[in-house]
Amino acid sequence: MSQSTSRSPIDVESLVENFNYRRVGKYALVVLFLGFFLVPLETGIMTALKTNSAIARSLPFAPPAGEGFTLTNLEYAFSQLTNSFVNSLLMAVPATLLNVLLASMAAYGLTMVSWRGQIAVFALFLVGVFVPYQAVLVPLSQFWNNMFPLARMLEPLFAAIPFLQGGHSRLVPLTITHVAYGIPICTVLFRSYYKSLPNSLVEAAKIDGASITKIYRRIVLPLSLPMFGVVFIYQFTQIYNEFLFSFTLITGSNHPAAPVTLILPAIGSSTEGIDFGIRMSAAFLAALPTIILYVAFAEQFAKGLRTESG
Amino acid sequence: MATRDTTEPTNQSGVSTDEVVDWKTKLRYFLNSDFVRSSPYWGIPFILMGIAVYGGIGYNIVISFTDYSGLQPPSFSGLDLEMYRTALASGAFREAAVNNFVLLVSFTVISLILGLFLAILLDHGIRYKNKVQTIYLLPMALSFVVTAQLWLWMFNPDSGVLTVIVTTFGFDPIDWLGNPRLALPAVIFALVWQFSGYAMVVYLAGLQSIPDDQFEAAKVDGASTIRTYLRIIVPQLKESSVSAAVVLMVFALKAFTFLYSLVGQYRPPNGTDILATLMVRQAFKFGKWAYGAAIATMLLLLALSVIAPYLAYQYRQGSL
Repeated sequence: MSQSTSRSPIDVESLVENFNYRRVGKYALVVLFLGFFLVPLETGIMTALKTNSAIARSLPFAPPAGEGFTLTNLEYAFSQLTNSFVNSLLMAVPATLLNVLLASMAAYGLTMVSWRGQIAVFALFLVGVFVPYQAVLVPLSQFWNNMFPLARMLEPLFAAIPFLQGGHSRLVPLTITHVAYGIPICTVLFRSYYKSLPNSLVEAAKIDGASITKIYRRIVLPLSLPMFGVVFIYQFTQIYNEFLFSFTLITGSNHPAAPVTLILPAIGSSTEGIDFGIRMSAAFLAALPTIILYVAFAEQFAKGLRTESG
Repeated sequence: MATRDTTEPTNQSGVSTDEVVDWKTKLRYFLNSDFVRSSPYWGIPFILMGIAVYGGIGYNIVISFTDYSGLQPPSFSGLDLEMYRTALASGAFREAAVNNFVLLVSFTVISLILGLFLAILLDHGIRYKNKVQTIYLLPMALSFVVTAQLWLWMFNPDSGVLTVIVTTFGFDPIDWLGNPRLALPAVIFALVWQFSGYAMVVYLAGLQSIPDDQFEAAKVDGASTIRTYLRIIVPQLKESSVSAAVVLMVFALKAFTFLYSLVGQYRPPNGTDILATLMVRQAFKFGKWAYGAAIATMLLLLALSVIAPYLAYQYRQGSL
């Protein structure tokens, strides 16, 4: 008895010691990686707030001190980006809405209604997720520039709209392009959600004689509202962040219809090199909408990513 | 038997009407079938997507067989494989293909290892796990265009963060992106920074599906934590690894935007030219549309060689 009681405190102590040692190590690693993932961002923001002389003199990640602090870079970057923010939203919001609606319909037709060969059709959607867009770029620019010059057709119409110029008509083919190439990934996201829904509701409605359209409008749509949120946030971020299609269809960072991502790589560079204060300000402003969306809806975003991998 | 024999002759006269009815009923059944009824739902997105993706790929392949370049419209007489021969014989193409391969493999492997490590780290009862996970994943929400600017500044040889780190250890500042031998590893490093969080999320989901009693059993058997993970847990994460690897590889194939945004011009830093940048440069800068299309087709084949086995695997597993 006495032996066991005298021994047990030692055991507990060594356990605690071991435990603490490992805990400290674990949390040190967690913090180290927090630094790893945040330093580039933090450095960018700090640089955005510094004067050029402060950028040259101080450590890049140190906060601006005293006279080194300035908002002129941010103001300048904002004035350069205002129009392109509007362009990005004019393109990304309708494209995402159409995308989400079409993808939900496609996933419904491919999941909740069963017919032969739907796996094969779905496989075609799935391959569309992984296709590198370079493989369609030449046809894409051919199509919108020579075969079906929609932007040129719509130019007079856009010129008549207040606040917009004729050049903004190029946003229309860009939006359609984003809708078409966004359908596969959004369909995959919706399909995995619909497959997880219990089948009994749809079966019951079928037995009651509800049509396919009625089932979609009365049952599936209300049930998939949370998924609409997930896919909308995910796809909006993707389209807002996208560069290659804008680059192909709008060309040139000084075009009136250029979205944010097209302008950013050109801001603040001159023959003397890059003004990093301005460049970092612009990068921060360009990233701000996605950062806000991400922080507010982190769980939805992560969910979208998890389903993407199947 | 007998009844059927007797009814046969009477039916024979009505065969033609029967067939008509049959054909009509069949059509009615077909039109009422779930396939047709649901076709507006999946059909419209399918046509739009099909034209864009498969029409685009098909037309791209056709263009790659022509000599289309400059402002003249393409002529479709005399299709041949000349562009492919030119590409395979060109040093720039081979260099880009090698870089592409190095980028693809090392980025994917490093991201997977780091992602697995982070997932295991966070799976160990860390407090504020969700908040930490959110931060680890944050770079993923940023555009390639933005992260390229951030890393351009990080790698800046005059006063970037990495230069500060290198000089505090007493080394000379290194021009990471200006040195052709270091540029590709530097780009891979930045891409790992952006996407290892993704691998982490996939692995975390996989880890959560493994029942806790396996850890308990291994602990009772006296296995160390590292052994438990290597021998018992990691083999069960095979599916997570495969799906994360495929998505990461696709990200790597899309690295064009990152490379373009680093310099803001068609030519990426020396030593980082990949097939995607080569293709866009040939097509959109020099107007060699057919040549660009041929490179793009080979890039597509590379992507398909990754995706096709994955889809076949998923199909066999029944998880498609």
